[in-house]
Amino acid sequence: MADARGLVKRRAGARLWLSAGWLVLLVLVALFAPLLAPQDPLMQDLFAARLPPFWASGADPNFPLGTDSLGRDVLSRIMYGARVALSVALIAGILTCVIGSVLGLIAGYFRGWPDVVISRLVDIWMAFPPVLFSILLIAVMGTGLGSIIIAVVVIDWTRFARVIRAEAMSQGAMDYVASAQVSGRKRFSIMLTEILPNVMPTIVVLLTLEMGIAVIVEAILSFVNLSISTDDPTWGSMIAEGRLSIHQAWWVLVFPLIALFLTVLSLSQLGEGLKDRFDPVLR
Amino acid sequence: MTLIRRILLRLLTTAITLFGVAVIVFFVIRVVPGNPVAMMLPPGATDDDIARLKALYGLDKTIPEQFLIWLGGVLHGDFGTSITTRQPVLSLVLSRLPATIELSIMALVIAMIIGGALALTGTRKRGTKVEGTIDVTNGVALSVPDFLWGLVLILLFGVLWPIFHISGRISPSIDLPFSTNFYLFESVLRLRFDIWADLVSHMFMPSLALAIPLAAIIAQLLKQSLKETMHLDYVTLARTKGYDENHVITREALPNAVLPTLTLIGVQFTFLIGGTVIIERLFSYEGLGNMAIDAVINRDLPLIQGIVILFALIFTAVNLVVDLTYAALNPRLRNG
Repeated sequence: MADARGLVKRRAGARLWLSAGWLVLLVLVALFAPLLAPQDPLMQDLFAARLPPFWASGADPNFPLGTDSLGRDVLSRIMYGARVALSVALIAGILTCVIGSVLGLIAGYFRGWPDVVISRLVDIWMAFPPVLFSILLIAVMGTGLGSIIIAVVVIDWTRFARVIRAEAMSQGAMDYVASAQVSGRKRFSIMLTEILPNVMPTIVVLLTLEMGIAVIVEAILSFVNLSISTDDPTWGSMIAEGRLSIHQAWWVLVFPLIALFLTVLSLSQLGEGLKDRFDPVLR
Repeated sequence: MTLIRRILLRLLTTAITLFGVAVIVFFVIRVVPGNPVAMMLPPGATDDDIARLKALYGLDKTIPEQFLIWLGGVLHGDFGTSITTRQPVLSLVLSRLPATIELSIMALVIAMIIGGALALTGTRKRGTKVEGTIDVTNGVALSVPDFLWGLVLILLFGVLWPIFHISGRISPSIDLPFSTNFYLFESVLRLRFDIWADLVSHMFMPSLALAIPLAAIIAQLLKQSLKETMHLDYVTLARTKGYDENHVITREALPNAVLPTLTLIGVQFTFLIGGTVIIERLFSYEGLGNMAIDAVINRDLPLIQGIVILFALIFTAVNLVVDLTYAALNPRLRNG
């Protein structure tokens, strides 16, 4: 039994470190994209269109991962695309987390009419197909980084609100909260100082998952041509382009897809790993 | 609370939810910057054009007035007229709905088969490397959403080893002798297995993409419930009676372990249906979701409203059925 648990722990540890490693690499690449990128990500060169990646015959070493149908360097575009992906992940993830968690805490701890209103809103939100909702919001607000972030927050706050509400409810029923209430402290301060620290592990796990979701939402919106702008390199727009030229130049789709895949996987594995760390039974 | 009262209460909240969805869609399209008429007309339209179009679609009235008119129509089964196609929204939406229903159900069936098989194999081989592999695969399948699986499948089975169609619902060369839009269903009824095969080879990739995350969820939960059930006394008894392991798992443990999974499938099915929107787009599958994205891009307000309401109706209906089935199956809730 002890051995099995050790194995689980070791495997989980390796997963956590691999995920963290990829994410750190991604952050560095995003920060230093102008220094690292071999080419200007926007520069078109129709004479260098659809060059294959470096190991294939006919490749140009100046374009290590090949070029797209307009002759733009795939590697440089992935590097610059990491900036958009990480910005959306961080900003949209954190905003969604804060708004959703606060609403969930209020609903779960204060109960009464705030709970009725928030729960009813969550029900309504759950009846929307999320992808369609996000596309609709972008169509209405216009494209751009700000719109994407707003769309993610507007759609996904319920993920936090639902879970945190349930957790806050069960925490609120515990003795330590009752004793804090008896001592005459303000309910709002109890919520922040007693309830919040106890639901924090859940919040952190949800946050990492939400970051992954935000990256996907951005990619989906780019894919249907509703993200930043058609010129700016984003992984989603590269994937959309790659999908069209898939039979002529598979690498235009494959490399941004790998980047997206690893990022989403790492974020969720990081969440899982953190969950295990916080879980007193496994710890 | 009796079952009847529970059902009535549940119907009431469902109605409130649908009404909320209708209000939100209606107002979001109109209140947020950019007025709907500007969205409908090509750039360069004159003021006169705008005024005429506004009057035509009743957009010269206040937003609450428009909402009441629209709601009145909906209650009579009139969802308005699509701006791009000039056809009634209801008939447009209903013509695409069968394609999406068939895709969703096929995905659900695939998810149940894969998820069930993984759970049973994992239980049969528990404690071995096979179970470990299944757990790791599940973890990856769970963390990556259907959109990415769709792209991976396109690369693998559309390009690298092109054995499935990755675009459309049916080969354009096929003459359809059908009277409904439930092609897959009707092809079986009419014994046209040539058409059935063509449909399946188009639908398999998108439905598999939708199925992978759900299959992982099913595998995980079912395996866990099976594991718990395997420790119960009656299972041990069956084993001492000399039944082999396969019999014990499938005949003794499975029937008791399957209920939580079934409930979960019901809830997850709505997420799967929500996923059809982008998956249909990815695979150029002519269903409701693909139509919805076109409607948004073409600023076809009445059509957008109609489709969103229909999706909300499907979601709430599925949830309602799941809740009621659960209440009916669970004796503790029946009279509780």
